[in-house]
Amino acid sequence: MAFESLSDRLSDIFQNLSGKGKLSEEDVNLALKEVRMALLEADVNFKLVKDFIAKVKESAIGEEVFSSLSPAQTVIKIVRDELTKMMGEENTELKLRPQSEITVLMMVGLQGAGKTTTAAKLAGKFQKQHRKPLLVACDIYRPAAIEQLRVNAEKLSIPFFSLGNQVKPEEIAKKAYEEAKAKGYNLLILDTAGRLQIDDALMEELKRMKSAVPVDWTILTVDAMTGQEAVNVAESFSKEVGVNGVILSKCDGDTRGGAALSIKAMTGQPILYLGMGEKLSDLEPFYPDRMAGRILGMGDVLSLIEKAQSEMDEEKAKESVRKLSKGQFNYDDFLDQMNQLQKLGGIAGILKMLPGMNKAMQGIDLEDSEKKMKQVKSMIQSMTFKERANPKLMNPSRKKRIAQGAGVDIAEVNKLVKQFEEMQKMMKQFGGSMKGKHGGFPGMGMGKNPFGRGGGFPF
Amino acid sequence: MANIFTKILNNIFQSNEVADEAFYEELEEAMILSDVSYSSCMRIIDAVKHEANQRGVNLTRDVQKILKDYILDLMMVEEGYYAFEQEKSIISVIGVNGVGKTTSIGKLAYHLKKKGKKVILAAADTFRAGAIEQLVEWGNRVGVDVIHQKEGSDPAAVVFDALQSFKAKNADVLIIDTAGRLHNKKNLMQELGKINRIIDREFAEGYRETLVVLDATTGQNAMSQAKLFKECSQVTGVILSKMDSTAKGGMALSIQAELGLPVKYMGTGERVENLQRFDAKRYVEDIFDLH
Repeated sequence: MAFESLSDRLSDIFQNLSGKGKLSEEDVNLALKEVRMALLEADVNFKLVKDFIAKVKESAIGEEVFSSLSPAQTVIKIVRDELTKMMGEENTELKLRPQSEITVLMMVGLQGAGKTTTAAKLAGKFQKQHRKPLLVACDIYRPAAIEQLRVNAEKLSIPFFSLGNQVKPEEIAKKAYEEAKAKGYNLLILDTAGRLQIDDALMEELKRMKSAVPVDWTILTVDAMTGQEAVNVAESFSKEVGVNGVILSKCDGDTRGGAALSIKAMTGQPILYLGMGEKLSDLEPFYPDRMAGRILGMGDVLSLIEKAQSEMDEEKAKESVRKLSKGQFNYDDFLDQMNQLQKLGGIAGILKMLPGMNKAMQGIDLEDSEKKMKQVKSMIQSMTFKERANPKLMNPSRKKRIAQGAGVDIAEVNKLVKQFEEMQKMMKQFGGSMKGKHGGFPGMGMGKNPFGRGGGFPF
Repeated sequence: MANIFTKILNNIFQSNEVADEAFYEELEEAMILSDVSYSSCMRIIDAVKHEANQRGVNLTRDVQKILKDYILDLMMVEEGYYAFEQEKSIISVIGVNGVGKTTSIGKLAYHLKKKGKKVILAAADTFRAGAIEQLVEWGNRVGVDVIHQKEGSDPAAVVFDALQSFKAKNADVLIIDTAGRLHNKKNLMQELGKINRIIDREFAEGYRETLVVLDATTGQNAMSQAKLFKECSQVTGVILSKMDSTAKGGMALSIQAELGLPVKYMGTGERVENLQRFDAKRYVEDIFDLH
């Protein structure tokens, strides 16, 4: 599916409009049509989209176009701010009772939403914070649900409690609570049966569990990929059993996660964490502004900018530019660039944060790229300082030594040298056009990456 | 909310009013609330408008008929879709975690066993905790053999074992439960590729079927899933699970329209018998609540 980023689409629309001082109703309507499509493609509920568009329209018409922003960016800013507001503005964390008391968490959600995995992740998270969790298997219906929880508990070395599948869930919860009291566990996590919300019998069971033990947090786990149905799921759990926190699971894929908005709107409760898949360590805090960007298909540019600002060494960058424009780029500079790139989370890390890249990435063999990058690094590190500073020194016997040092075939070294020379040539041309500008970082200029150009570097 | 809306829509459909823009907007709403993608939705509405123009009709009930026929035609179950039920078949089932993959396999095994077939299951999803146990449990329920090794073992080795058992016992159908880890396409392709090579080597004459399980409650991401699996494997059809939820599974329509993958079965409940061949008529009626 072509999830072209909203910013790209809006830029197209507004191409002919730059220079206008205010957004006219016509401009806004045109832009909001695209926003609407973006939201629907992200699975935000139809009704919510309608309300949202109406609201944004009101605040956007007549809005001054900021001098620093294009009209497209102005609309995006308004839309994004409004979305963030709807999502709860700030990040909320799960608050537990003091260590001396038992906190009870009850996990609820549809079948396949990822409750069991999330339960284990929560236990792991709080165990790291020196809590004493006990994972309790109350899903007595799904074949092997108990087994799944037991295996996950074992992997994290977390105590596990089960009475098999013949005892009623509310009984299991009660016994587990007693066990916790007796053995000094202070975080009880109840994994309940998955259900389709139309199942009244199971909803009743949840209510009975809630009256059997003092539940502090009823946590609804929702699959981030849920479609229009998310509204109904959130509404019925909220109404039937009461929910006071939400975890959005399976956020590791390329899903835009519009369900987050629907759930927030229906439950009014905070989204606590994002689940990132099967690995038991991955539970991330929820940032409304970032989620807003993701839903709009704009990637996490904000995080990237933040990261780039905090990680990049500006002095080094400037030095690189200076050398570049003089055509003095050597292996040391190259190594520096690669190190900077890795600080930002490697190629994969950067690409993931860029809009539209999830799709584009599917054609790229990232693992391979990272591997090659490591290989190149080890080759450069096998060079002497002189060789690094003066690439012209390279000769066959030096190459042979480098190949041995890096544990690669000499052909790889030859390839590196050849590509480096080509890159130098390209950089010289590129550098020429950079004269007078400053602050840019040559190897990393998004979209102008000389490594990525034809005949450029292999990653 | 959806219910109130569909009631209104039903009224619109039954009346003899002229189909105006508001009417088409409501059609759009009904489709989007069923998780039909925005682009498919626009395409279908354009096609319907065009057809209505061609025929020179503009009453809502006529347009309704055109729409229904259009979707029915698109989703129609064709002859040959179920040929594998009659052959010596190797069925690979793929799907991301949580879509009801293992459950669908259990039910498919029951469906085929009822037809008098000797079925064997292979637990080649060796990654997810509890997946093997779950399949074994289903095997017990249905009364078919499950070939399995321990968690973390090589899926291809499990398939190899299963094929030996398949031949030795002269079984009719082998259903392979494979892992569907979407976030790493390369590993997924390698894993599926290896399994396919084993099948080619050990039982090339078998009829091959590859079914993707999609969760009816999934929204637009189901399209990405289907697309990726299609790139990794020769997918021949879709099992649409959880059709007993209140979700309508409208993305299956987009997947058929845009990727040409037909829905072959739908899962409608927890019990072993809750797997049916896809019923296009019922599906259309579900989307527009025209019962």
